[in-house]
Amino acid sequence: MMASEYGKIVKDGLWTNNQALVALLGLCPLLATSNTIINALGLGLATLTTLVCTNTLVSLLRRAVPPEVRLPVFVLIIASVVTMIELAMNAWFYDLYKILGIFIPLIVTNCTIIGRAEAYASKHSVGKAALDGLFMGLGFTAVLVVLGGLRELVGAGTLLARAELMFGEMARDWSIIVFEDYSGMLLAVLPPGAFIGLGFLIALKNVIDKRLAQAKPAQAIDIAVVTESS
Amino acid sequence: MKEIIKKSLTGAQVLGLFSLLGLGLVVLVAGLTEGRIAANERQALLDNLVKVVPADLYDNDIASDVTTITDLTPELPVTVYRARQQGEPVAAVFTIIATNGYNGDIKLLVAVHRAGYVTGVRAVAHKETPGLGDGIEANRSQWIYAFDGKSLANPKPEQWAVKRDGGVFDQFTGATITPRAVVNAVKKVLIYFKQHQDKVFSPEQGA
Repeated sequence: MMASEYGKIVKDGLWTNNQALVALLGLCPLLATSNTIINALGLGLATLTTLVCTNTLVSLLRRAVPPEVRLPVFVLIIASVVTMIELAMNAWFYDLYKILGIFIPLIVTNCTIIGRAEAYASKHSVGKAALDGLFMGLGFTAVLVVLGGLRELVGAGTLLARAELMFGEMARDWSIIVFEDYSGMLLAVLPPGAFIGLGFLIALKNVIDKRLAQAKPAQAIDIAVVTESS
Repeated sequence: MKEIIKKSLTGAQVLGLFSLLGLGLVVLVAGLTEGRIAANERQALLDNLVKVVPADLYDNDIASDVTTITDLTPELPVTVYRARQQGEPVAAVFTIIATNGYNGDIKLLVAVHRAGYVTGVRAVAHKETPGLGDGIEANRSQWIYAFDGKSLANPKPEQWAVKRDGGVFDQFTGATITPRAVVNAVKKVLIYFKQHQDKVFSPEQGA
């Protein structure tokens, strides 16, 4: 019973209730930073850290907060956490901070974070809330990175360009030039490219879900077993 | 009625408490990180100074040979780092802020050789659009190197502009405002330097 509950948290975060593909939350940073894999990964990880911290704090404090003022209190918690993460990154990960710059404070405006605080963390134990934050964050990061890869590939013809900004000098030659002499496609780099790319990803997810649903009647038990063990 | 007032008061108290708590934590972290952030910025400044003035041109401690000029941008004093070779002025590095970027301030280092040409320009801090305006960063595009060796004689002052404005400098696809702001700031520095060179290098000023 317990195992299936944690399994559900994992599955919800990564797939069933994926914040980017299903809930369609956090589109502002999603559109803005998904132009390369490295930018996407940087913001995804910062969002993930925020989500784990805020979910944990909200769950810890959930009994101390009267329901009437819970939303302003959650906003205060989130804003404080993001500001502290921003300061810490500026102090200890200065290079990464310089790249992500303006998008770190914007994490405050990501509806995923207040959404998970209100819908999940304020009603569940600390462990579950932290796990929910982790997997919601991972699901969000995964979509960001896939979209970033898609846009980088179509927009610039490369993958993992400028990886050294995040992983240091050893990553300088990780960059893959997929199309030689590619002139680039600005549409993919600009925000409309993010909308279009995200649209394709949502469509793809819906197709997969539909296939799974069609196959389900015969194999319902098998799928349930797979889900529990995953 | 009493019930409502009581609830409101409790809510206000909790909210006030959390505001103070959040504020306290942020102040604490800001205090803890202040020194490191300042050190990071100073190190980044030193790294950048070496990029705009070739190290073999000077032998002084450039980061400490500082003056502040107040008549270049009236609202904002400009810090100038002076490079000297055996006490003789070689180049001046202006930390000018272009306020007319697409998204707020663009902090630039503009290094001018005594002879009046640019030895290097770098964007130190900006909030321009990623993928568009951030081409002014030296590690994202070659654009900023276009200033190297340029002076008010080459190109002529009226051609110190982006191509869209009839000048010689490229703009970016989808972003003209950012490069325009940078070009104008560099031009402003060159004009100021031409008129006030002695003042810029004068040792007693602000030292």
